[in-house]
Amino acid sequence: MLRVLYFASVREAIGTGEEWVDAPPDIVTVEALVDWLGTESEGHRAAFADRASLRAALDGRFVALDAELGHPREVAFFPPVTGG
Amino acid sequence: MIRVVIQAEPIDLAAEIARAEVDGAGAVTTFTGVVRGDDGVDLLELEHWPGRTEQALRELAEQATRRWALIASTIVHRVGPMRPGERIVFVAAAAPHRAAALDACAYLIDRLKTRAPFWKRETRAGVARWVEARASDDAAAARWDEDQASAR
Repeated sequence: MLRVLYFASVREAIGTGEEWVDAPPDIVTVEALVDWLGTESEGHRAAFADRASLRAALDGRFVALDAELGHPREVAFFPPVTGG
Repeated sequence: MIRVVIQAEPIDLAAEIARAEVDGAGAVTTFTGVVRGDDGVDLLELEHWPGRTEQALRELAEQATRRWALIASTIVHRVGPMRPGERIVFVAAAAPHRAAALDACAYLIDRLKTRAPFWKRETRAGVARWVEARASDDAAAARWDEDQASAR
C-alpha cells in the first residue's frame, strides 16, 4: 500500500489529508498515478484538473510530474508553495 | 549554529535578534516578513507539512552557511491563523563581514518562498481563498542559481 498525502487546496478538494491506496503495478510515472487517483472521486478529479498548478514529492523529495514513480513509501500532492 | 523554528506563537523580534548576535559576528542581518492587509484581508492562515518543512528550512540554512561561511543563521516561521500587521517570518544571518550577511539573508528568504512547503490562505469578509504562487518569487529565487559561479 502507498501512503498519499494532500496539502492546501488539493487537500480541501479531496476532503482528506491522507489516504492509503493500492496502485496498479503498471503505473510507472507520477503523472500516471495522478491520472489513476483522479478517477477515485469527483473531489480527486477537481483537485488534479489543473496540472500546471500541481506539485509532487516522493518520500519528501520534490519531483516533476513526469518523474518515474519507482517504489516510494509516500507520495505527496500540493499546489505551488506560498510561504514567507 | 543553525536555528530553525516553526511556531504558532507570535515571533518575539527582540529575543530573536539578541539570539542572532553571536560571538565573532561583525555583521548580523535580519529580515522580518509582516502579514499585509491587501484588499481587506482580515485573516491569514498558514498550512505546512510538519517534519518536511523543518527539513527544508534546515537544508536552506546549511546551504547558506556553506556558501557564505556564516557563523549562524536563523529561520523562524509562524503557522496557523494570524492577522495583518503580525510577523509571519524572521530570518537572520551572522557573518564576520556585511557582504556575506546581507547576501545570505536575501538568499534565505528568497529560497524559502519557493522551496519550503508552506501554503497561505487569505480570508476577506468571510470568504477564504488559497494564495497563488507568484512568478516574481520564482525569479527572485532563481537569481541565486545564476550567481552560483560568482558567489561573493
